[in-house]
Amino acid sequence: MTATTAATAAAVPEKTGRGSPWLAAVRTPVGACSAVLLAAVVLLAVLAPLVWGDRAATVDTNAIGQGPSGAHLLGTDSLGRDIFYRTLVATRLSVGLAVVSTVIGVTAGLVLGTLPSVLPRPAGRLVTAAVNIAVAFPGLLLALFFAVIFGVGTRGATLAIAFALAPGFARLAQTLAAGVVGRDFVSAARIAGVGRFRLLVRHVLPNIGEPLVVNATIGAGAALLAFSGLSFLGIGVQAPDYDWGRLLREGLDGIYVNPAVALAPGVAVVLAGLAFNLVGETVAAVVGVRTRSAKVRDRPVPPVRTAAAGETGDESLLVVENLQVAFPGPAGWTTPVRGVSFTVRVGEAIGVVGESGSGKSLTGLAVSRLIEAPGVVTADRLDFAGTPLLTTSERELRPLLGTSLAMVFQDPMTSFNPTRRIGRQLAEVSEQHQGLSRSRALARAVDRLRAVRIPAAERRARQYPHEFSGGMRQRAMIGMGLMGQPRLIVADEPTTALDVTVQRQLLRLLARTRDAENAAILLISHDITVVAQNCDRVLVMYAGRIVEDLPTADLTSAPRHPYTRALLAATLELDTDRDAPLAVIPGRPPEPSEVPVGCAFAARCPRAADRCLAEDPVPALVGPGHRVACWHPYEDTGRESGREAVASGGAE
Amino acid sequence: MTTLAVAPGPRAGVRGTSPWLSFARRRLTRFLVSLWALVTTAFLMIQLVPGDPVRASLGLTAPVELVEARREALGLNDPVWVRYGHYLGGLFTGDFGTSMGSGQPVSQVIGDRLPATLELALPAFAVVAVLSVPLGVLFAVLTRGGRRRGAELAFTSVSVFLAAVPEFLVAVGLVALLSVRLGWFPVAGSDGASAFVLPVAALAIGPAAVLARIVRVEMLSVLGDDFIRTARAKRLPRRLVYVRHALPNALTAALTIGGLLLTSMVAGTVLVENVFAWPGLGSTIVQSILQKDYPLVQGVVLMYGVGVLLVNLLVDVVLALLDPRSTIREN
Repeated sequence: MTATTAATAAAVPEKTGRGSPWLAAVRTPVGACSAVLLAAVVLLAVLAPLVWGDRAATVDTNAIGQGPSGAHLLGTDSLGRDIFYRTLVATRLSVGLAVVSTVIGVTAGLVLGTLPSVLPRPAGRLVTAAVNIAVAFPGLLLALFFAVIFGVGTRGATLAIAFALAPGFARLAQTLAAGVVGRDFVSAARIAGVGRFRLLVRHVLPNIGEPLVVNATIGAGAALLAFSGLSFLGIGVQAPDYDWGRLLREGLDGIYVNPAVALAPGVAVVLAGLAFNLVGETVAAVVGVRTRSAKVRDRPVPPVRTAAAGETGDESLLVVENLQVAFPGPAGWTTPVRGVSFTVRVGEAIGVVGESGSGKSLTGLAVSRLIEAPGVVTADRLDFAGTPLLTTSERELRPLLGTSLAMVFQDPMTSFNPTRRIGRQLAEVSEQHQGLSRSRALARAVDRLRAVRIPAAERRARQYPHEFSGGMRQRAMIGMGLMGQPRLIVADEPTTALDVTVQRQLLRLLARTRDAENAAILLISHDITVVAQNCDRVLVMYAGRIVEDLPTADLTSAPRHPYTRALLAATLELDTDRDAPLAVIPGRPPEPSEVPVGCAFAARCPRAADRCLAEDPVPALVGPGHRVACWHPYEDTGRESGREAVASGGAE
Repeated sequence: MTTLAVAPGPRAGVRGTSPWLSFARRRLTRFLVSLWALVTTAFLMIQLVPGDPVRASLGLTAPVELVEARREALGLNDPVWVRYGHYLGGLFTGDFGTSMGSGQPVSQVIGDRLPATLELALPAFAVVAVLSVPLGVLFAVLTRGGRRRGAELAFTSVSVFLAAVPEFLVAVGLVALLSVRLGWFPVAGSDGASAFVLPVAALAIGPAAVLARIVRVEMLSVLGDDFIRTARAKRLPRRLVYVRHALPNALTAALTIGGLLLTSMVAGTVLVENVFAWPGLGSTIVQSILQKDYPLVQGVVLMYGVGVLLVNLLVDVVLALLDPRSTIREN
């Protein structure tokens, strides 16, 4: 038993420091409102009948059905009784009955909800099935049903509301209990031989208490409204007793004479109902975790970074200079892409590699103009096919980007709209940008599916994404890009989610597409071998910057940046010595919010010196088409030294 | 369709059957089981009434012979299972029993009253759909990514407030303001088109507010999905991205949650009808409960129950049309 108690203690949230979150909750506008409203309701429920009970019951035949006056703040009813005091006095009965029926309802719900776990299986199933059918019916209907059985009047209505609430709570208790039963400490207790009933009382119930209390509070608000409804219909509280619903019923007849007769109890019901709801929300906010996004104040100040971009000739398709991507966060702006410059020439295949968080995907999205607010993209220059992307309006860009820039995203399972047929999803590109009719666009979609080697393309086009396999969807995604005449294909980790054989097929398809269309490719991948095999040039990114930009030919023979070497060394090949320890890069890349002053890689770099910690290296040309941003780049060639570098880094 | 020839996706229904067929079969079975449970419950309701329902209906002073004769006529002296059999058999032939109060067949009372309730409920459903979906979408688009905090606050507080006020209070408020104070609409009754405005509004405002909130939340969540990025990568106009790609997906989620809301409107008609003295089933059920006219109560409860089941069924069919995956999803 000791083991299970320890486990239980671990599973129960800490009780220490409870005072402060409650206090903090009351200080929020919602919390303060709910506290004040609740206090007022409770105070009135206790005191009003004692203080004003007699006044509310006084019949004044001289003041029948009067409007608001000095003597009667809200006027009088058909017997000359004061509406204002009657409304205040009715608080006790209205709220009291709501609370009583909630308590009965929650108890009944708990019994119904937890019975299945104690009863023999068939009986338990029957209870569950009954609850499932009952929750489909609205509470008021259930209440009317039970009112028939329990009879008209206060007692009958209380029971009716209670039993109408019960199925909902039974379902809630079931769901919550199922969540707890799956947890380790309950399994441990069960293995330890704890009986079913004891398990329920000692282990399950204490752990579902908090959400139940929250929902019961909100349920009390619902009970209050429902009870008023029943009393309003004449099924609940009967004269001479009165709650708000009863007052409303009596007031409706006199609404022409004095609307306040009906409105006062109505307002009271709404306020009390709100009180319960707000208290429930506040309790939920304190008990559960609810994150509120902090307000973001100032925009980012783009760090100045002038660097020589690659030479830009007439052939350049995509020119990127000093690209920055920034996002607002709870602690101010972060800049995951910090001044990236590169050029993609017509028909060129460029790979972008780096660890996750290096900013490579965001770079791909930014050059495709797919970063959305609140993200902010800035650049000194961002030209695609001679068109400046940042200064041209979205409307003008649509035809250009829609037909000549294709995207392939990482996760084929989520990148298609699940509610539309594949063919239609492809066809809308041509309908939108090429002015094709519905049927001709669909015919083109089928043709394009065929072009990416999807068998039975015509039938496949009529299917939904969930009927496609992952590799098939990724092909269809490429086919989508082929609806126009793509000049650039941005492929963001296109093979990561696929298995190895499908990966190769897909990469071959990309290569073939590139040849057929003379399209350039921006292949973003964390896998440096994939990039090396498929690209002409490689951009190595680290912490939002390009640290090395080199021809693929140089990648194995002459990488200069210590990070590039480390990445290469960390790849596995068939001839990798399996006795040697696996090469890894020690440490982790810095978070975008805490990039150091100097070189971002310095902390993990075996060659780091004082200058690296103080000054950010500027990219410099070290060979034809080869730039590196490093104060101490490798001069020698070959991969062996790279391994040494990593090994020494690992020993550090 | 030759969907069975080649094995389609990994999750396409049972081999050899269309997912639609198995969906229809599954869903129809559920409907029939629920219907049976409902009918049985309605039958049991009368058996559970404490004391003698005939005595309760005829009053304490009624002569014993009259009570006995009525009991015999209603078959109340038979064993329970015989009565259950009679009840089921009667339902199949459209015999819902006889009202103790008026002596009319219950089916006739329902036939007289049901149209008025439908005239109230159906326009209210339409109003909810027409108001909540565009409003939810609009405010999702306006306030996404933490923009326009003011609009978000206004939308949330107004919708939370409207959702918190029960329909009969909305009705009373509307009557007090628009009928009594301004005299624009009749206070009660169902004569003329203007008589419909307030009851339909009272029935629709709360659910519309709740559903608009749900639609907004679901839209916000869908707008963050990967396939929205795909749609944007196709450079579709924003309108198409929202309406064609985001909305159907947001609606499937919103409808799943909002289904209960629509069924609650079925019950809401009871309260609203009573505020406006509307000659529908809602007035009937309350009067018959108060008069202890049990056969009539039984019949009307059954009608409301069937209404709820039908709304649930309809919601599931719409879901299946919007999202074909829901036809193959097991519950």
